[in-house]
Amino acid sequence: MEKFYQIWKKFGKNFEEGGKLAKLSSFYDAFDTFLFTPQTTAKRNGTHIHDGSDSKRTMIIVVLALVPAMLFGMFNVGYQHLDVTGQLLNGMTCALFWKALGFGILAVLPFIIVSYAVGLGIEFIVAQIKHEEVAEGFLVTGFIIPLIVPINTPLWQVAIAVAFAVIFAKEVFGGTGYNIFNVALITRAFLFFAYPSHMTGNEPFVRVGGTWGWDGGVDAVASATPLTQMSTGEELHIRFWDLVNGLIPGSVGETCIWAIALGALLLICTGVASWKTMFSVFVGGALTAFIFNRFGAADNAVAQYPWYWHLVSGGFAFGAVFMATDPVTSARTECGKWIYGFLIGAVAIVVRVLNPGYPEGMMLAILLMNAFAPLIDWCVVQSNISKRAKRSNSASVKLEK
Amino acid sequence: MLSQKTKETLLGPLNANNPVVVQILGICSALAVTVQLKPALVMGIAVTIIVAMANVIVSLIRNTIPMRVRIIVQLVVVAALVTLVSEILKAFAYDVAMQLSVYLGLIITNCILMGRLEAFAMTNKPWDSFLDGLGNGLGYAIILVIVAFVRELFGAGTLLGFRIIPDSWYAANGGFYENNGMMLMPAMALILVGCVIWVHRSINDEKK
Repeated sequence: MEKFYQIWKKFGKNFEEGGKLAKLSSFYDAFDTFLFTPQTTAKRNGTHIHDGSDSKRTMIIVVLALVPAMLFGMFNVGYQHLDVTGQLLNGMTCALFWKALGFGILAVLPFIIVSYAVGLGIEFIVAQIKHEEVAEGFLVTGFIIPLIVPINTPLWQVAIAVAFAVIFAKEVFGGTGYNIFNVALITRAFLFFAYPSHMTGNEPFVRVGGTWGWDGGVDAVASATPLTQMSTGEELHIRFWDLVNGLIPGSVGETCIWAIALGALLLICTGVASWKTMFSVFVGGALTAFIFNRFGAADNAVAQYPWYWHLVSGGFAFGAVFMATDPVTSARTECGKWIYGFLIGAVAIVVRVLNPGYPEGMMLAILLMNAFAPLIDWCVVQSNISKRAKRSNSASVKLEK
Repeated sequence: MLSQKTKETLLGPLNANNPVVVQILGICSALAVTVQLKPALVMGIAVTIIVAMANVIVSLIRNTIPMRVRIIVQLVVVAALVTLVSEILKAFAYDVAMQLSVYLGLIITNCILMGRLEAFAMTNKPWDSFLDGLGNGLGYAIILVIVAFVRELFGAGTLLGFRIIPDSWYAANGGFYENNGMMLMPAMALILVGCVIWVHRSINDEKK
């Protein structure tokens, strides 16, 4: 964090009176307060916390980490639309690039607005009733929801799902910081179980018709996501690097591994998310998928997909980086983080392979392990206590001798 | 007409001492039979009749039942009544009886029944016991009907089988609306019961 601040301050010289970017100084100021305030820290001796990080700053960094995935997702929504309506037959041009981006922004923006309006609305009302400050918790949740919801979900359903998740997964437990389950994932789970026709199959993930009447009126059939194709045993027409680059059908934010990796880098460098959890999710997923590769049934198509495909397809990477590391709902002990992450990866692959009804297991895996996180922590703490008790007992026995 | 005490025996379980939302009894069947309004209504009526009758019978013979075998005696009374009601339902309302399936027979293990027999009928006179059974059965039925009302309306768009949300609203017919599949799951029923408890407590707390 310290290094970042120094680079930032250096950069800030440009904004001072007479500098190159002096006119934009208010912009710099806004980000300065967002990212690096409060600056007051305890003295550098003793066991104080040295960084004045608060939840507002943590949240903003997560949102910044999500921006690459969001921008790429918007472009991909437009790209998929152009692709399926046959406008890309003559290759990509500059004009088409901007059309894709514009189309995507218009398509995704309503989701962001609905998600924030409903979620923050409920937060404000609850804060009024409880006579508390409005907590920042929904900043990240509201930004993640548009990224994990299929692009063709009707907005009123998104609104109901957000309301359900904020009230029943968060406020009834006591608000920000007290929830057992990841609120954004509860939103998705509600949509998944309440309106399944919009969550699986071919139609949900590619917008064929127009957005706000723009560029509509073409009849075309969208192709399914790679995971759905896997689970239905269709032949895949994509290569490994297509999955990594992310110009494929899927939820808005989950397709491009590069964008997610960029976010992961920021989260790990700033120490906001635990690299242990992230890493162990991938290890758990890779190991389980590898075992299925080796010993899985020959007639189960999903089991036969190479393990490194599993790690980059569907919401696996997105879930591992942004959802599994949620500091409120994940395990908190250092040893517990390894166990927690490993089990998420393993369960996600098991669901994918063994249950043809759920092509994507990441959502269910994370929600399941959310429920077990306190238990994992408890076991880790207890084992540590008993280990220490044993050590001190044997020491005292020696002394007596 | 009724004295203060009998009034409380009859009306208490409807609100302040409700068996489902205050004593948290009979939750299992409340989740299982409330997908539609009709089976919930029938279930509510069946439980009301059985609790009232069982209360009267047990109250009549309460002084002759040996304490050591009282649970068995109570079970025999309840089992006889449950069998009677389920046979009547099979004869006159076969479809509903099939929908209720095993939960009709399982009324015998409904905690509300054993609770009332043990707590009230064993120590009170037949008329009071009858009112107590009636009140508790109706208290149970009210919650079932509330939960089933919400679940059928939003889960299937109908009430008692009649269409409430017009066909033309549905996405399949060019509208925008879709039924909420979550409402058909027992998990949502539990959340709805939770909501009823929430509303009930906040109203009753304000009275205090």
